[in-house]
Amino acid sequence: MSSEWITILALCGTLVVTKGVGPAALGDRDLPPLFTRIIDLLAPAILAALIAVGTFTNADGDLVLDARAAGLAAAAAVYAVSRKSILLAVGAAAVTAALVRAIA
Amino acid sequence: MEHGEGGLRGGMRDGAPISLASLLLGTSFGVLAEPVMGTVAPVVMSAIVFAGSAQFGALAVLAAGGGAGAAIAAGVLLNMRYLPMGISIAASTHGGWLRRGLAAQPLIDAGWAMSYRGEGRYDVPYMWGVTVVNYPMWVGGTAIGVLAGDLIGDPERLGLDALFPAFFLGLLVGEATEGRRGWVAALLGATLALTLAPFTPPGVPIMTACLAALIALVPNGDDS
Repeated sequence: MSSEWITILALCGTLVVTKGVGPAALGDRDLPPLFTRIIDLLAPAILAALIAVGTFTNADGDLVLDARAAGLAAAAAVYAVSRKSILLAVGAAAVTAALVRAIA
Repeated sequence: MEHGEGGLRGGMRDGAPISLASLLLGTSFGVLAEPVMGTVAPVVMSAIVFAGSAQFGALAVLAAGGGAGAAIAAGVLLNMRYLPMGISIAASTHGGWLRRGLAAQPLIDAGWAMSYRGEGRYDVPYMWGVTVVNYPMWVGGTAIGVLAGDLIGDPERLGLDALFPAFFLGLLVGEATEGRRGWVAALLGATLALTLAPFTPPGVPIMTACLAALIALVPNGDDS
């Protein structure tokens, strides 16, 4: 089997386990309040890290400042006006990044 | 984001606008994957792995001439965040262990963040709904990218790589940061991730950023 098919099957199998093991092992028992407060903050921490790495690092993990930062700034400007305009913000980000690349 | 309706239908309705971004991102994955993996494998990968960051990460390794071991390692690390995310929804799943494990399979970043209802509870059917509308767009987008890559050209030229940070920023400002601690956790998570990124394999920075949520352990009288 070629390396891409091995990769695909392995990632499929490991992801099923990664997603499922928590719920399967823990069940629907009630959580201690402290755990609930940690979960409260998990989404902001993960989302911010995804944004930061997706915008300010290249494929090698080095810190970079490029057209994606301009795109993110455009999205932030849209959200500053309207928090719910996700589609508009995403479109503005793509167009801005494309324009910056076209000019640069 | 307003949640007028919960459950499967509510998730499908709120997930529909996002699915356009999934379509474009899936298309860019297909365009980039076709020269490396051929026509069939990228579509199958989107259908049975269905995890954008891991797919892009594994593709980058294969495109650079890396072997399956390195590609799998990159993908697994990029998927590691689904472990704490899965644990977080555990209390919101029901039934036997198999049923609960299966209930977590439609877990994706967007649906997970959007389905949080506070007090440690997630609307799991709502999360499924978000995935139900995004899945066909991700897989279909990949097929479009694979077949029409020559017409589309370089996805970066179209700014498609700027889509997903902008999208996650919307989830962050709209859902995830009610209260001051949310913003502190976000800043800390981003800082941790960027600090580690140059020195660690892909995925480790995101996984480590989860530790930012531990600021919940710090007592604070004026917590908002």
